[in-house]
Amino acid sequence: MREYQHSVRLDKDKCKGCTNCIKGCPTQAIRVRGGKANIIAERCIDCGECVRVCPHHAKIAVTDGFESLERFRYRIAIPAPSFYAQFRKNTSIGMILDALINIGFDDVFEVARGADIVTEATRQLLASGNCKKPLISSACPAVVRLIRVRFPSLLQHLSCIDSPMEVAADIAREAFCKKRGADGKDVGVFFITPCAAKMTSVLSPLGRVKSNVDGTISIVDAFARINAEIARPKMRRHGKASGSLSSGVGWAAAGGEEQALSGYSHLSVDGIHNIIRLFEEVENGRFADLDFIEALSCTGGCLGGPLTFENAYVARMRLSKVIEDMPQKTEMPTEAVEHAHSARARLSQEIEPLRVEHLDDDMETAIAKLGRINELCELLPGLDCGSCGSPDCRTLAEDIVRGDAVELDCIFLLKDRVRYLAQEMVKLATVDSAFEPNDEERG
Amino acid sequence: MASINLLHKEYVIEQGNFLKAGEASSAIKQILRQLGVSAGVLRRVSIASYEAELNMVIHSFGGTVSADISPHAVVLEFADTGPGIEDVELAMQDGYSTASEEIRNMGFGAGLGMRNIKRCCDGMDIVSSAGGTKLTLTFLV
Repeated sequence: MREYQHSVRLDKDKCKGCTNCIKGCPTQAIRVRGGKANIIAERCIDCGECVRVCPHHAKIAVTDGFESLERFRYRIAIPAPSFYAQFRKNTSIGMILDALINIGFDDVFEVARGADIVTEATRQLLASGNCKKPLISSACPAVVRLIRVRFPSLLQHLSCIDSPMEVAADIAREAFCKKRGADGKDVGVFFITPCAAKMTSVLSPLGRVKSNVDGTISIVDAFARINAEIARPKMRRHGKASGSLSSGVGWAAAGGEEQALSGYSHLSVDGIHNIIRLFEEVENGRFADLDFIEALSCTGGCLGGPLTFENAYVARMRLSKVIEDMPQKTEMPTEAVEHAHSARARLSQEIEPLRVEHLDDDMETAIAKLGRINELCELLPGLDCGSCGSPDCRTLAEDIVRGDAVELDCIFLLKDRVRYLAQEMVKLATVDSAFEPNDEERG
Repeated sequence: MASINLLHKEYVIEQGNFLKAGEASSAIKQILRQLGVSAGVLRRVSIASYEAELNMVIHSFGGTVSADISPHAVVLEFADTGPGIEDVELAMQDGYSTASEEIRNMGFGAGLGMRNIKRCCDGMDIVSSAGGTKLTLTFLV
């Protein structure tokens, strides 16, 4: 069996079989069957909505953790910009980078630098006119996966520029090998992530054959260690110089990526359900005059990621302060600009649609099945209670037609059925007595 | 027994109801995804059905959208109860619009809709009188 490739998983022991997760899933990827939640792997986009909503913490987002550092002789940390917004007041980026070295990394490279390169590459792509507008950012892996399963016709709008994480990992490894004369195979690049979907894109990337990243460590896991380091008195007040620009660090929050694209018409949307509503309209041909859409699955952007430590709104305030304290630099180094204009900053493969909604390969059969689904929808109560384990009545109808559920999974249909059987039994009892009439009945 | 290889669905469109506008198009899109229709056809149906649905919301007294889907074609019929398009040829021209100031203020009524619809479908037929307009669009699958 192929190894399960998703970060978002279920802790079976903790699952109570309630319906909270199935209701909020944007791709109807969860069913409760046999009293436990089941994630349908092809449908899951790793947005982490279920992780947030589960009251029993049975939905988990798995990352590699610090143990995985042991697999490599050299370790490079590439922290997401959102990591900078997790710590107490007056914690500079430099201090955080120093702390990462102190806890055992051989080098650090900021993903914010990758973000600036992606911005430069995106500017060039927009200027070339060689893309379908509005161009949709491919930086959020949950959004890329959403488009693949739910909006196949928008794949042509998806930016062919790689994500800041991949760009940063690529440069970080190369620079380290050059500096230290190390063999690339001995170097492990670890992404400090706010995001479950990033772990999935490391395991099974889209648009490239293999990820440049070797492992992921969640911000929650890294937070305590780094926070303890920062608190040490010997810590340098400013630490290692940050190599990024404020524009790259700004990517941590919703709106950061679009702001970096000044001069173009752009909009920013965050929260997976908001994105679905907006994409419906893009699909309908609205916004043809718009250049760029930044879409981030988590509310508030990466700062709202399911693996962050700090409340997203507090983190947003901290991020502003971090950015304010950064040196006012706007020029990118020449080699970064060159990298942005090279093929290395681009995805190497087409992203294909993943047809999870289609009912059958044969259209005639699919039409017949859809007809049956419509009939079942008439029969079902339409309350969308979720008691059957499917998120709503329509999805139950689909599940029945796909053979994954039966009509009597609906408690209302079951109740009707029980009532009918009870009436039949009463009738039977009456018929029996008709053969042996007693005095009373004879009247 | 009705032919099993034809799917028929109907949706009611209300005059001036912008909260509901686009729901019929969305429902049709979902059906097409479930039938495994290609992304290209899906895209063309999306744009055309949304434009036509909004035309009904904006310009007509309301009516119904019906979708008939076979393995070979998607046929959408937009039938309203009036007031009819006075000059169909003129309506097909880019930039021609009878939309009110209020509608234009909402960002609609630029006069590009009918051409847009025509561009997206494989067959288009309009019959219009004061008693209503019937727009039939065919998309080959």
